[in-house]
Amino acid sequence: MRMVIKGNGAVAHAVRLARPQVISAYPITPQTSIIEGIASMVAEGKIDARFIKVESEHSALAGCIAAESAGARTFTATSAQGLALMHEVIHWAAGARLPIVLANVNRAMAPGWSIWTDQTDSLSQRDTGWMQVYCQSAQEVVDSVIQAYKVSERVLLPTMVILDAFFLSHTYEDVEVPEPGLVDGFLPPLDLPQKMDLEHPAALGNLVFPDRYMEFRRKMDLAHQVALGVWDEVGREWGELTGRPYGLVEQYRMDDAELVLVTAATTASTARVVIDALRDEGVAAGLLRLRVFRPFPADLIRTILADRKKVVILDRNCSFGHHGIFHQEIKSALYELPAGQQPEMHGVIAGLGGRDVTVEDLRGMLMGVWEGRITKPVTWWNVLEAKGAETGAVAMG
Amino acid sequence: MSAAETVFKPGSYKTDLKPVWCPGCGDFGVLNALYRAMAKLQLEPWNTVVISGIGCSSRLPGYVATYGFNSVHGRALTLATGTKLARPETTVIAVGGDGDGMAIGGNHLMHACRRNLDVTYILMDNEIYGLTKGQTAPTTPTGDKTKSSFWGNPEPAVDPVELAIATGATFVARGFSGDMKMLTELIQRGIEHHGFSFINVLSPCVTWRGEAQYGIIKEKLHKVPEDHDVTSREAAMRFTREKDVVTEGVLYEVQQPTIGDQIKAIREKAQGGKPAPDTKEILKTFYPAI
Ligand SMILES: Cc1ncc(C[n+]2csc(CCOP(=O)(O)OP(=O)(O)O)c2C)c(N)n1
Ligand code: SF4
Repeated sequence: MRMVIKGNGAVAHAVRLARPQVISAYPITPQTSIIEGIASMVAEGKIDARFIKVESEHSALAGCIAAESAGARTFTATSAQGLALMHEVIHWAAGARLPIVLANVNRAMAPGWSIWTDQTDSLSQRDTGWMQVYCQSAQEVVDSVIQAYKVSERVLLPTMVILDAFFLSHTYEDVEVPEPGLVDGFLPPLDLPQKMDLEHPAALGNLVFPDRYMEFRRKMDLAHQVALGVWDEVGREWGELTGRPYGLVEQYRMDDAELVLVTAATTASTARVVIDALRDEGVAAGLLRLRVFRPFPADLIRTILADRKKVVILDRNCSFGHHGIFHQEIKSALYELPAGQQPEMHGVIAGLGGRDVTVEDLRGMLMGVWEGRITKPVTWWNVLEAKGAETGAVAMG
Repeated sequence: MSAAETVFKPGSYKTDLKPVWCPGCGDFGVLNALYRAMAKLQLEPWNTVVISGIGCSSRLPGYVATYGFNSVHGRALTLATGTKLARPETTVIAVGGDGDGMAIGGNHLMHACRRNLDVTYILMDNEIYGLTKGQTAPTTPTGDKTKSSFWGNPEPAVDPVELAIATGATFVARGFSGDMKMLTELIQRGIEHHGFSFINVLSPCVTWRGEAQYGIIKEKLHKVPEDHDVTSREAAMRFTREKDVVTEGVLYEVQQPTIGDQIKAIREKAQGGKPAPDTKEILKTFYPAI
């Protein structure tokens, strides 16, 4: 059915279609309307789930962990401070191999307080063992949440489906929301191989001695490797059912591209406009959009970026003391290329705390690199440099 | 005029920031009562810290010309604890909403109470999450319809006053943002009290609970009886979980050593009356060359 809904509404509808049995959450801007949408659907009997608004995000995810351990399909949603507060149990969900799906609306971390978009919140959870999918449209949000349940339940790892604050969470779009029957055929009911079960009593959460701990971790890493193939397969299967196939990454005008912009989320939509304009002006530009970020499709990205002339990696995040996080990851993936095939790489940090990344900004970075005006490995885009930046004695102001 | 000669009026504590609260929000009343209580006590702004969590109510420190800290959701009392330990001579006032203090930060209240931390905590209780637009709080009455409870809130509510008395606060009061005179007095006495002062202020959220809240509270409101024994925990408990009436006033007040007093006593004992040792002298016993 076609509907005009927001990114947050898209999450709520996808969750309805995935038929979770337990939903637990705590409100936080700009996530709140996801949970309110779900609460209304539960109240109207459109979702047959037990919904509880608990006293903190830590409790919200802990609730999902317990419910999922008992064999129920679960869902929660959060943003920024809430995701950070969950951190302890985020590790738990992955370590316990529970296929929970969580929607995170990317929001910048405090201080200073901000409610606007920035990827540092979700990327700070990069090493927890969760899978991460970055979405660029409300349509992709609907499709990715449903796919996330399927992939998660196949490989027994949780997934974070991620959408930009306001640019996506609160923007209305025309979306094809699949019929329940279609999703029921695609996503069978959850059947965990191991769960709390009166017939087969077991204790959860035991101490693991050094002679076994590594083996559990090794299995998690192997599951991530398997998951790469599963995301690919599930994305294709979804395409056959709906006409909307998905891959691990998305390529736009990449066939003969010599100048490539790599980015994720809604900035990619703006980027397509710029790529088209540059193409019209005779610059062979292309876009590589990161979608599935964990597991990281390093081999695929290496193949795609080999032999390109120049690559600009746009990060709406920063690992302070080093580079933008996508930049680091791509650099390390390309390290294995022979020198002759290595593109020239430039990282750009832009749009933190919701600062708009406009067509002009993207054109400026791409052409700056293409024409050799930007030579530094990392550029903070459009930032007021404070006095003393060179010496590190930077004052706020 | 030197600092010592300054006379503070309620207006002296105003900042240039204009409150962003909705017209009619109960939090205006709390802010004004706080200004007045501070002026009565002639609190020096440079020796006063106002600390909050996150929420509409937690914006308050920005409107008070003292040191201020608009911290993270639920953690006002943890920051107040650190501030008081580092600077015991300062007056520390913690403020925040009922979601902040009873939900996400709920456990901190118990520890501030049992430690008898010398801080005044003003809970601006509107029985709802205001900032995130109207979801049930732990203080929302059972059965009330909110943005997160279409069929009515299925959970019983907590009475913050009961919790504070039960876990060891040494000054516990209930006020109403619509009764400025009484609220000013309660805040003044709370700050004067040596120990943990908990003031639960009924502060209506007109936007998400409706303007009718003022009338509903006023109708039930009555002052604590004059013969009430404030030193009796049992007597104080009678004014908790009230349904048809709401009792305002000081419900409980006793004198007990604070955590600051206890730590000071331990330090004195450990030092055996001697002055604090000089670290350089101690180091010399290990490395005579230093
Ligand atoms: C860790 C975390 N979770 C959620 C939020 C979102 N949030 C901000 S204020 C608030 C509740 C506000 O209610 P209350 O504390 O009662 O204060 P009021 O706005 O009613 O004054 C919530 C859930 C947050 N800032 N941080
Ligand atoms: S939403 Fe409610 S609590 Fe927040 S400022 Fe408005 S009236 Fe006050």
